[in-house]
Amino acid sequence: MKRTVATALAVVLLATAAGCSDDGGGGSSGSADVPGVTDTEVTVGTHMPLTGPAAAGYSKISPATKAYFDFVNANGGVHGRKITYKVKDDGYNPANTQTVVRELVLQDKVFAILNGLGTPTHTGVLDFLKTNRVPDLFVASGSRSWNQPDKYPGTFGFNPDYTVEGKILGTYVKEQQAGKKVCVLGQDDDFGRDFLAGVEKVVGPVAAKQTYVTSNPNVGPQMGALKAAGCQVVMLATVPGFTALSIGTAAKIAFKPQFVVSNVGADPTTVGKALGAAAPLMEGVVASNYLPLTTDEANPWIQLYKKVNAEYNGNAEFDNNVVYGMSVAYLFVQSLQAAGKDLTRDGIIAAVKKNGFQGPGLVPMRFSDTDHSGYGGAQLTKVEGGKAVFFGTPYTTDDKDAPVAPHTAQAVTPPQNGVPAA
Amino acid sequence: MTDMKQKSSTAPVPDLVAPTKGRRRRVPALLVILAGAAIVLALTYTLPPFRNYQLATVGAYLCVTAGLTILTGLNGQLSLGHGALMATGAYTLALAQNKWLNLPLSFLLAIVVTTAVGVVIGLAAARLRGPYLAGLTLAVAIVVPSVTSTFDETFNSDQGLSVVLDPPPGTIPMERWQAWLCWAGALVTVSLLVLLVRGRFGRDMRAVRDDETAAKLAGINVARTQVLAFVVSAACAGLSGALFAFLAQSVSPGAFPLTLSLFLVMAIVIGGLGSLVGSLLGALLLVVLPTLSQSIAEQTGSHRLEGNLALVVFGVVLIVVMLAAPGGIASIRFNRFWANTVRRNR
Repeated sequence: MKRTVATALAVVLLATAAGCSDDGGGGSSGSADVPGVTDTEVTVGTHMPLTGPAAAGYSKISPATKAYFDFVNANGGVHGRKITYKVKDDGYNPANTQTVVRELVLQDKVFAILNGLGTPTHTGVLDFLKTNRVPDLFVASGSRSWNQPDKYPGTFGFNPDYTVEGKILGTYVKEQQAGKKVCVLGQDDDFGRDFLAGVEKVVGPVAAKQTYVTSNPNVGPQMGALKAAGCQVVMLATVPGFTALSIGTAAKIAFKPQFVVSNVGADPTTVGKALGAAAPLMEGVVASNYLPLTTDEANPWIQLYKKVNAEYNGNAEFDNNVVYGMSVAYLFVQSLQAAGKDLTRDGIIAAVKKNGFQGPGLVPMRFSDTDHSGYGGAQLTKVEGGKAVFFGTPYTTDDKDAPVAPHTAQAVTPPQNGVPAA
Repeated sequence: MTDMKQKSSTAPVPDLVAPTKGRRRRVPALLVILAGAAIVLALTYTLPPFRNYQLATVGAYLCVTAGLTILTGLNGQLSLGHGALMATGAYTLALAQNKWLNLPLSFLLAIVVTTAVGVVIGLAAARLRGPYLAGLTLAVAIVVPSVTSTFDETFNSDQGLSVVLDPPPGTIPMERWQAWLCWAGALVTVSLLVLLVRGRFGRDMRAVRDDETAAKLAGINVARTQVLAFVVSAACAGLSGALFAFLAQSVSPGAFPLTLSLFLVMAIVIGGLGSLVGSLLGALLLVVLPTLSQSIAEQTGSHRLEGNLALVVFGVVLIVVMLAAPGGIASIRFNRFWANTVRRNR
């Protein structure tokens, strides 16, 4: 009897294994045989940390992107095509990213990879995507690696890169916190290093610099060292969980500097949730942002996104991640519109390079033949009464020696029906 | 203590451990390897690219599960740290490859360095028993991320290193090339292990596992056998890690978490402890089960579950297999099953 059960189980297992291996062909018969494109559908994929250490906050991005696509589909799609968005969980593990991106490209035959999240995760698939000539659009990270048009002609960023952010926040510190001792705590990777480079370009060498790794959720030694160094301004290149950890740890050791935080880790909803009852500690924190603020009810983009969120995203808690996800989706729809009816991989890359996209961002995108980085600047926010509010004007700059310049052009409003036209 | 030993020796053991009856003749290892190579070659030409990539992953996993099943199944030493040994191989390959861009040399270095690490851990391991050994190897698995962040100049912390690779020779598609290399590694590993365990060393290991005192009385050097077993399996893990670095074109501590080490142990237990066929089944499960749980999660539409569902599926399979076939899947005798069915239907 035992044997029978065991054998039956083994047969089932093998059958499933076999079942998995014969659905390889599933794809398209599009006009020009472009992978993932038919006359009625365009399929794109992404890799996201839906579980694992980076899931907090970030796992809300892809549902928001999908919700906006559903909204566009309900309004007739783009050039008669509905957008299908395939989301794969990589748990923020580069080894998993390799597998899921291959699955998306080789098996699901996606047209493009959209908004793959994470510097270490996405770095590993750059070569694979290049070899297979897959458009790699709007990577969700501010590493400068995405801006290598010669090496990776199909890869484009979305976030302002970390050096740009460092320069803009550095300018604020130099002007508004003049004469104070400035220190930096950064993630021990491109994020922290690029941010520090940007800061030092503007304020000169900082008084103390510390790093952390996400695998060790304790910044006690780092905050202690910053306190001992007499820091008055602490600039953070941290992910949301570590922003909360840093602010909380500082309060515990009675260390009260002015915190200045990169937008990546500054969403008040996510950080506030991590701080729990200690959320009021965020009061006065300065950060940067380049998309409309969730709390700005009067902003037409926020009104649009809230409507989409209610109708297509199960009314998920409305935070910066939702705004981010929908803004990425909006930009992708713009790119599809610009690429025209005859959609090809080369076509969409050419359309993105031509740029001219106006969207929810406070500053323009910078795409061109020679520039594949995303947004070119940001505006500063300050937490007041538990809410982030903008102050001053938006600034633009680059990751080299360009000055940090105010950007004065008026922001655009979304189209009447919420779907960008061609 | 003797009770436990007796228990473990009466557990059903598959063919490589103790060939049950004279009737079960041994197939020459070379023949099996050649047949395996032919099957893999045929598969790489018929499977679509993504399946080739998965096939390559099975090959890479087979290197480490084969080594681990020898260590745990035949020599009775439990290691929860083989993920760390894989990381050693992977990082060595990455560093060597980025420096010299010579793939054979990098693989060789990866194996040599991991073997050296294996000697160090193995020497300590031979002095420890049961839970203490598990604890030591567990510590090794946990320490990996700290090493990469402490020496972040070399290992680049959590972000890890990318691996520079030359394109595959000629017009071979990347995925087919990966499958070939991984399975070449796996088949060489398996054939060497077969030679090893069918000879005197295999008998020594089984003797040590079953009763150390008796083995000692029979003139077997217990410590040497244990160290050697650990070193052999470490070398296998090093090769496996190097293959993973080659597959993923990147290495980072996140790719070698503690769960990987635990999954490896689970895989060989489900497959059949001490059996190379079992280690193949285990390697297959390591690739199939996550894919399976992913498609389940997709069909039910609950994306948040995906990463965790793999653990649940693994757990359920472990329990079911242990209840139905305590010796693992490899211990199921299909011929006997068919005979039974035929008899019943007559």
